[in-house]
Amino acid sequence: MGEAVQAHSVHEAPAGFIRKYIFSYDHKVIGIQYYMLALFSVFLGMTLSVLVRLNLAWPGTEVPILGTIFPEGAPDGVMTPEFYLSMLTMHGTIMVFFVLTTAPQSGFGNYFLPIQIGADDMAFPTLNMLSFWVTFLSLVVMVAAIFVQGGAPISGWTAYPPLSALGEIAGPGLGTGQSLWILSVAIFCIASLLGAINFIVTTIDMRAEGMSMMRLPLTCWAWFVTAILALLAFGVLLAAGVLLLMDRHAGTSFFIPGGLVVSDKLIDHKGGSPLLWQHLFWFFGHPEVYIAILPGMGAASHILSTFCRKPIFGYKAMVYAIMGIGFCSFLVWGHHMFMSGMSPYTAIVFSLTTTAVAVPSAIKTFNWLGTLWGARIQFTTAMLWALGFVSLFVTGGISGLFLNQPAVDVYLHDTYFVVAHFHMIMGVAAIFGIFGGTYYWFPKMFGRMLNETWGKIHFWITFVGVYAIFMPMHFLGFAGHPRRYAELTSFEFLEPLAAVQKYISMFAFTTIAAQFIFLAIFFWALFRGKKADINPWKATTIEWSVPTPPPHDNFGGEFPVVHRGPYEYSVPGAAEDFVPQTAPDVATAKS
Amino acid sequence: MATTIAPPPVEIELEDLGRGGGGIPNLGWEGPGGPGEGAEGISDNRYRTGMWAALAGILMFFTAFISAYVVRKGLSNDWIPTSLPSLVWFNTLLLLASSLTLERSRHVLSDNSRFSRWWLLTTVLGAAFLVGQVVVWRQLIGDGVYISSNPSSSFFYVLTGAHGVHLSGGVFALGFLLFRNRQNPFGSVNRTPIDVVAIYWHFMDGLWISLLLLLFFWR
Repeated sequence: MGEAVQAHSVHEAPAGFIRKYIFSYDHKVIGIQYYMLALFSVFLGMTLSVLVRLNLAWPGTEVPILGTIFPEGAPDGVMTPEFYLSMLTMHGTIMVFFVLTTAPQSGFGNYFLPIQIGADDMAFPTLNMLSFWVTFLSLVVMVAAIFVQGGAPISGWTAYPPLSALGEIAGPGLGTGQSLWILSVAIFCIASLLGAINFIVTTIDMRAEGMSMMRLPLTCWAWFVTAILALLAFGVLLAAGVLLLMDRHAGTSFFIPGGLVVSDKLIDHKGGSPLLWQHLFWFFGHPEVYIAILPGMGAASHILSTFCRKPIFGYKAMVYAIMGIGFCSFLVWGHHMFMSGMSPYTAIVFSLTTTAVAVPSAIKTFNWLGTLWGARIQFTTAMLWALGFVSLFVTGGISGLFLNQPAVDVYLHDTYFVVAHFHMIMGVAAIFGIFGGTYYWFPKMFGRMLNETWGKIHFWITFVGVYAIFMPMHFLGFAGHPRRYAELTSFEFLEPLAAVQKYISMFAFTTIAAQFIFLAIFFWALFRGKKADINPWKATTIEWSVPTPPPHDNFGGEFPVVHRGPYEYSVPGAAEDFVPQTAPDVATAKS
Repeated sequence: MATTIAPPPVEIELEDLGRGGGGIPNLGWEGPGGPGEGAEGISDNRYRTGMWAALAGILMFFTAFISAYVVRKGLSNDWIPTSLPSLVWFNTLLLLASSLTLERSRHVLSDNSRFSRWWLLTTVLGAAFLVGQVVVWRQLIGDGVYISSNPSSSFFYVLTGAHGVHLSGGVFALGFLLFRNRQNPFGSVNRTPIDVVAIYWHFMDGLWISLLLLLFFWR
């Protein structure tokens, strides 16, 4: 075998701080690095949403510190409409890329995929390290976009041209800020592609003896299919980003139409198609939604089975449903474009394929309920988040069935109904999956227990909070309230809705405040938490049969042999109510 | 609570143990399966699988460009077909020849000096292709055809540029393995890096032919 192979299989535990914690090859350290990057990003994104909500509910509020940091965007601490849009853009971008794509897949996936399949590391540790640092670079470039001349772009996280393609002339933030934004997204694409290759190869080639595909925990299936989606989707976004950069800096006209007059100036481009960008972007964008949510589904299934003390209901159906959702995700991008001048016939096709996603989604929901049915449920904090995930997945999914009807979408498109829908399904549900994973896996990752009481308080405030924020948004949408408007006071038809915006903002601030409870218990547990056992939840999968926290190569040189499926709880005749995957014999199985 | 993870491999039947991977005889779908990592180190299938996965991602990247090409051409009335400089055909011959010499070198892997010669020739042909492509660009620029001239020329530069970037990665890999081989000859046993780079190289060759057909027949 080549040098690289030997380097991998020898895999000495590193000495020195830098090799161990900064430029580490260890998938566990890299997983935690990704998690911490997402944790930083989620608080940054949340801060931006505070500004957004503040401006919507109480326009003209003076925030002196803003005036100091952004004298252009918020003169005297009062946000300009352009500044509002730039905060909105960065909120969406940071949350989608650096939180929802990063934490559940790259964070937990990196840490637990190798352990759950019985491998000592990811297939390509060096590539893994590279993926993280490229992601980090991408975040640095993205954050830099906020602080350059003109500020962050105002074109939204979808960066539709021609607005995003014209440069400074089209508005503040569309100069350097927009260029950095595109660059950052392109870098992120490369990092995600590298990561996806690693996940796919690890799942296919690194499984331990006895770990057939149909014995993989559902988390692994979710990470595997998510990686395939990322592999096929991010390349397309990268290509689109390259073309957009060319339009901005090389004078091409891929996306910029002719005869465009901006700021009283005729733009020297012709013949380009803004719709072309939308097609390319949403061909990535829709799979991206599932990239965010599938790992959450995996974690929810894993947690539900553990705390129901029952095998997951319909394991194979769950696997095929994950594949079905992944497959469908590439056939539905047009439903984002019903209002972009799409032929009604094409719209019907996209509407049908979108509706078809309901089938695997319903299978998953049915099986989660089937798992819960008749179970002696243990209401741990992790379980509450998993149940919350199921609840939000249903709520957010059902509003999707409204939006996928082209005739209904004509009215609801670009209203707060859409904002409510995607926040519920893609944002909050995925975040609940992340929290579920955090409360469930924290003991293994850090060797200490999170505080269950405070965890439950955190859960209930968040759970009630997100419903209180996003349910009324559906009604705003019914009332025709358009999204993305910075200035609501000058429209008569929006006046009666101002009270709803205030109500939403108040709940948003409360919910955001509750996240500091999480931050506190997280860091408290890190240093002061109760020491965790090897298997505190009495769970079956391999991560719970390795020491806490796991040694450098996960298994102390002795690789596990897998003898059974992942969710053998309450097996008749077994010594305990769970049988680890590595136990050769049911009758004598012990943790 | 014992810290031992797995019981010593007892009489578990592993005859039908799946060997996962790029060779794909059996993915280990159900029952006792898995690539069986551990006992004999790590399966080098992962390099092959990784290459195929990477190529799937690269294929999507170029597919996006190609679909943009088709859409943009169909929509516009400002498309002025770019006539390909004849040097492009010569470059193509170089690249095709490099695939042949690469195969030749893989056939004589056990004879290190012959292997090195053919491999070196492949590397040189690859580098010559890249130089040739740059000359093509210079010729077009000399004729006043710039990236911003019209959508056809824009796509010509973007597609050849993106392919060139990927191919330079291939040339770098060829050169790197040449260097490695000088220090520590690969031989036919330790051939994984050779085979994996060959997959990439042939793919880039095939990709170029596809792009060329697009640029020629769909002007």
